[in-house]
Amino acid sequence: MTTLEAATDAAKDNLAALESEAIHIFREVAGEFDRPVILFSGGKDSTLLLHLAIKAFWPAPVPFPLLHVDTGHNFEEVLEFRDGVVDRHGLRLVVAKVQDWIDDGRLTERPDGTRNPLQTTPLLDTIAEQKYDAVFGGGRRDEERARAKERIFSLRNAFGQWEPRRQRPELWNLYNGRHRPGEHVRVFPLSNWTEADVWNYIARERIELPSIYYAHRRKVYRRDGMWLTEGPWGGPRADEEVKELTVRYRTVGDGSCTGAVESTASTVEDVIAEVQASRLTERGATRADDRLSEAAMEDRKREGYF
Amino acid sequence: MSSLLRLATAGSVDDGKSTLVGRLLYDTKSVLADQLDAVQRASVDRGLSTPDLSLLVDGLRSEREQGITIDVAYRYFATPRRSFVLADTPGHVQYTRNTVTGASTAQLAVLLVDARNGVVEQTRRHAAVLALLGVPRLVLAVNKIDLLDYDEAGFAVIAKEFAAHAASLGYPEGTVLTVPVSALHGDNVATHSANTPWYSGPTLLDHLETVPVAPDPHDAPFRLPVQYVIRPRTAEYPDYRGYAGQISSGTVRPGDEVVVLPQGSRSTVERVDTHGGPLAEAGAGGSVTVVLADDLDISRGDLIAGVANRPTVTDELGAVLCWLSGTPLRPGARLLVKHGARTVQAIVEELTSRFDEQSLSTVESPDTLELNEIGGVRLRLAEEIPVDDYARSPRTGAFLVIEPKDGDTLAAGMVGDRFSALGEPAA
Repeated sequence: MTTLEAATDAAKDNLAALESEAIHIFREVAGEFDRPVILFSGGKDSTLLLHLAIKAFWPAPVPFPLLHVDTGHNFEEVLEFRDGVVDRHGLRLVVAKVQDWIDDGRLTERPDGTRNPLQTTPLLDTIAEQKYDAVFGGGRRDEERARAKERIFSLRNAFGQWEPRRQRPELWNLYNGRHRPGEHVRVFPLSNWTEADVWNYIARERIELPSIYYAHRRKVYRRDGMWLTEGPWGGPRADEEVKELTVRYRTVGDGSCTGAVESTASTVEDVIAEVQASRLTERGATRADDRLSEAAMEDRKREGYF
Repeated sequence: MSSLLRLATAGSVDDGKSTLVGRLLYDTKSVLADQLDAVQRASVDRGLSTPDLSLLVDGLRSEREQGITIDVAYRYFATPRRSFVLADTPGHVQYTRNTVTGASTAQLAVLLVDARNGVVEQTRRHAAVLALLGVPRLVLAVNKIDLLDYDEAGFAVIAKEFAAHAASLGYPEGTVLTVPVSALHGDNVATHSANTPWYSGPTLLDHLETVPVAPDPHDAPFRLPVQYVIRPRTAEYPDYRGYAGQISSGTVRPGDEVVVLPQGSRSTVERVDTHGGPLAEAGAGGSVTVVLADDLDISRGDLIAGVANRPTVTDELGAVLCWLSGTPLRPGARLLVKHGARTVQAIVEELTSRFDEQSLSTVESPDTLELNEIGGVRLRLAEEIPVDDYARSPRTGAFLVIEPKDGDTLAAGMVGDRFSALGEPAA
């Protein structure tokens, strides 16, 4: 067997093990909790999450609704994709719009215009209001140092806060979902997946994604070392030159802080090759909010962010 | 050969675990430029002349402030031969609970010692914990070998002492490797070191890539804890009733006779379903949905098992606990036991023993079990559950002990007398 074949076989087994683990986690939550919800943005991780949920409960429908915290700075292509998926699978979608919180004064627009950090309040308010007790997220431990520390079942207190020193030990495949009224548990079925696993699985399962993950022509401008696209987040400014480039997105988030990368990768296979060759992590390449400080993610998670 | 190896690290404070993990990530090119840039910037900020690879893994604010690892971190790296999930566990005595967390799913553990100190109390304790949890293979990484001037004789003394300790814990020859490394300089981590010409064994990475992972034995009895009952009640599937769960051990095929426990009703497997289509056979680790020939009353928490080699159905449990809570355990305590998909109330009837990692012996009838202590208990349960001995069937022999008031996980539980297994090398 050649090395390449061996590597491909290895990847297949690995994906089967990861898939089985994620399905086990979904079923465990369905069995233990009263009101779970899946956080769904239309990005690749949450699309993968939904795909696994469908597998876990087939031939029955997914027994949870979806929740999208909409910053108002979304890519049109992603919102269309989100609504298409919801229709196709007959799911229920709850949308918490950051704009509603700004309009009634519960949130104030930040001077830099970015709304990514503003998501935490609508998320926590909606969790409390809807009495969700388990909230699935597509977070992966390979994304970031603080995430590497997170359990698959991650208890949040009544304020939605994560307390890393007080995490419960997670033993074997036995997950402890106990929580007191007001507390909830964040659940991360993709914890043990890497970016490469995600793309290999998307290829294997032929999972459809928003078009912006693949190379396309786009008018962009340079800010903070990233290629941003024109949008309601205040750009380009007068001094920012607009160029038309062939780009794609590695992550999909708030448009004000999610940058495109120059790329000609137009198929899943191209993307896999590009990810393998890349010397930058997906967040390092395209997420401004993680650059704020050495422990930016940890600090936001302590406040209740994912 | 399995393509995914789950491993855990263990060792005492300041012996360089985080640096070794950083080195493994670095040498397998699992560190990308922006992560390395961040480490370089942080190292310069701290006045260091070379990048501190431990900063790659110590992610929490307080860890970076104190320069120690506080909580288990999971790391991912891959080579063309294998993918790895690494649980990087802290060495402080007060965080032994995290060693248990990291090791409960590990197929191999890498223990570190500082070459200048050799095997210390914490090494012996960790090795004993790993043996009790049934981690099948150990590697002792004798780190900072450069500070011992790459001394062969010094290394040999440590290797011999550890081999003897591992053997006394029941590790047969061939399941333990001792390797001289310098995590700081990379000696024998991913490449053979010119500084240790006397060492002819594999590098640490070679070993991790090629070590055989024992497959689930073919004759292991079939066990499927029922997690969730799938009843679509849709036009397309009006009468579908499937029992969903992850197979703990053994295999299942259509036509197999099974028993549902604890109630004891019997049936035949009609289909093994997945979203991708029905399977001719499914084995341990697979998340499947089983459809039975008879309409039985089965719910979450029940266990579907093969008719031969059934588990024991009991409401009296003899077990070993790794006590992970700061509140000591006392006889009479009312707790919850989570076993498979079932949670039952339990009362601690008796503390039968406490394990002493140093002498590898047990103390009879202790008054309490304190944080990080390991001991034997007798539990009375509010209802009968089907259990296996942990030594034979770890997934159906393991359980959590939970505090009913706040839901905290108090202990890792293992059914049976684990202590008797120590000291008898496995076949």
